[in-house]
Amino acid sequence: MSERGYLDMDLLRFTTAGSVDDGKSTLIGRLLYDSKNIFEDQLEAVEKTSKSRGDEHVNLALLTDGLRAEREQGITIDVAYRYFATPKRKFIIADTPGHIQYTRNMVTGASTANLAIILVDARKGVIEQTCRHSFIASLLQIKHIVVCVNKMDLVDWKKETFDSIVDDYKDFASRLQSVTEVTFIPISALKGDNVVDPSTNMPWYQGPTLLYHLENVYIGSDANHVDARLPVQWVIRPHSTEWHDFRGYAGRVAGGVFKPGDDVVVLPSGFEAKIKAIHDMGGELEEAFNPMSIAMTLDREIDISRGDMIAKPNNQPKVGQDIEAMVCWFSEKKSLAGRAKFILRHTTKECKAIVSEVRYKVNINTLHKIEDDLELKLNDIGRISLRTSSPLFYDSYTKNRQTGSFVLIDEFTNETVAAGMIR
Amino acid sequence: MHRAYQINHLKQLESESIFVLREFAAQFEKPVLLFSGGKDSIVMAWLARKAFWPAKLPFPLMHVDTGHNFEETMTYRDDFVKEIGAQLVVASVQDSIDKGRVVEEKGPKASRNGLQTVTLLDGIEEHGFDAALGGGRRDEEKARAKERFFSHRDDFGQWDPKNQRPELWNIFNGRKLPGEHFRVFPLSNWTEMDIWQYIKQENIPLPTLYFAAEREVFDRDGTILAKTDFINLLPEEEPTLRKQVVRFRTIGDATCTGAVVSEAKTIDDIIEEVAAARQTERGGRADDKRSETAMEDRKKQGYF
Repeated sequence: MSERGYLDMDLLRFTTAGSVDDGKSTLIGRLLYDSKNIFEDQLEAVEKTSKSRGDEHVNLALLTDGLRAEREQGITIDVAYRYFATPKRKFIIADTPGHIQYTRNMVTGASTANLAIILVDARKGVIEQTCRHSFIASLLQIKHIVVCVNKMDLVDWKKETFDSIVDDYKDFASRLQSVTEVTFIPISALKGDNVVDPSTNMPWYQGPTLLYHLENVYIGSDANHVDARLPVQWVIRPHSTEWHDFRGYAGRVAGGVFKPGDDVVVLPSGFEAKIKAIHDMGGELEEAFNPMSIAMTLDREIDISRGDMIAKPNNQPKVGQDIEAMVCWFSEKKSLAGRAKFILRHTTKECKAIVSEVRYKVNINTLHKIEDDLELKLNDIGRISLRTSSPLFYDSYTKNRQTGSFVLIDEFTNETVAAGMIR
Repeated sequence: MHRAYQINHLKQLESESIFVLREFAAQFEKPVLLFSGGKDSIVMAWLARKAFWPAKLPFPLMHVDTGHNFEETMTYRDDFVKEIGAQLVVASVQDSIDKGRVVEEKGPKASRNGLQTVTLLDGIEEHGFDAALGGGRRDEEKARAKERFFSHRDDFGQWDPKNQRPELWNIFNGRKLPGEHFRVFPLSNWTEMDIWQYIKQENIPLPTLYFAAEREVFDRDGTILAKTDFINLLPEEEPTLRKQVVRFRTIGDATCTGAVVSEAKTIDDIIEEVAAARQTERGGRADDKRSETAMEDRKKQGYF
């Protein structure tokens, strides 16, 4: 492996949803194992535990169960993050449980993913759970979906079975919005077919293995490179002789491209300036784009603080206090029915918000709207209207995942109670 | 969209960590960076310097000193702190012992590693810190795989794995009630390999312990330990005392940090070694071997 390869890899974040029955843990175990990302001592620990539990074979699922409660109950409670790398790419897996009572975990895992793996049991075909996982992936704007039709060994590796599942899925997926790419792969996670190594049992399948696809799927156009947005996170003022007048507006570019010399507008003040320089310790950059963290200096003094937004005069975000959004409810203790007050956190800004109305809920298994029960409880997804105490500078979530998302926080307990995507 | 609008994995991890560091500084009133002198906390401090450059770090570094340090770590610590122009606070386990806050473990295998938690919490309380940066990574250990970037701790500094706040996109909720505090882990998504690649790319100086050299070592419970003034050898360990070329993959308390047999004398050698390694880096940590959920249990008590 060349040194350049080591220091210059891509990064792909993907999510997997599923339960033990789907072979999700086996699939992840297989990906890690066959790509040589499992260590001897990890494997030994798993072997030891499997034995003491009386499992017949080495249970690869144990590799992905972290907490004592999870191992005791044989379930996954939370989102677990796993890492592996091949010479081409580094991967971050957000591994989430797939049952309906873990919708909030799936939503969390999906929020940062470029790609989602959806597991379908070849014997069962497209079922309610497939529908639910796909809906969440589309709601969270994951652009790439891989449908892995698993357990092909149990249907005699039949092409007809695979084809009919592909047709069923396509039928159903036509009702989802915004998924740009769906790839279908017949696999056997247990036997390893088409996971890392091509299958010899399914000569009729000419497509890529799962790992090949993960290594090569093009994600360069996933981020927004059109609408320039810099939510100001921190103002750098060195107070030193050398950098006496330096004022750097620091943040992570949320969209578009900024270059020195560009005209910018600062919200909420509306003042305009030109970018003097874009700094990264030790050098000046020719351009900055998502997801780079930078500090920007301007050609004139403007009063700017955390929570402000830097954009371009001819391409500004929406500014407003009345927000329509889809939310996923996260709180076990408190539900939402009608008017309620919260703290809202959006980009680097925090303000108060009043939810005025729950408009409808979504049955995430059937995609039907529910209008006769408007109470949002744990794991529910629904459409709400809210008003903020000061204007937000936002884009719709479909346009920009960073400037289009927010969380609601309980005023008294400080718990994060909901995740929102602005319409 | 043209291919130029992509950055490599190290740049992405760096950007994410800098974002987290700036959120950390902005959301808390009295933050502190926990500095152990190990490579992860060195990389974390390096990133913090980048995040606020050309200004100085807006928070001090705190070192929890077990008193059982490798001498090289201490020299390195003082030089490094000076170079990045940071302020250093030391919380000492010896002080906690002298004050009767903790009782030193007895016996030949005694370690001060467990006592650190009390000293850490005392240090946090004494200085009134409301949030502490740690260099923990999710790939290190299975209990850490579920850790948040912003990890909420109750009045007693304890971690409740069932009561962690969900983290979506890059929105971090650092709101808290009086007395509660946060541990923040900007390196959550880095792996051991990423850390080494970054050290190479940035040319970050490291303590010499990370590089192979002939050292006086002996075997204890399948781990190679360095002979230091703080360790008493058991009779059956005496015959294993020898000089051997070894290096350390992690640097913690000298009484429980295991060495690996290695010829890796440069960063490139280490990267090659890490790529070929078949043992996790914490495989040499005696503190993790005390039970299967040792890390989870220590975290619940308020460990890093």
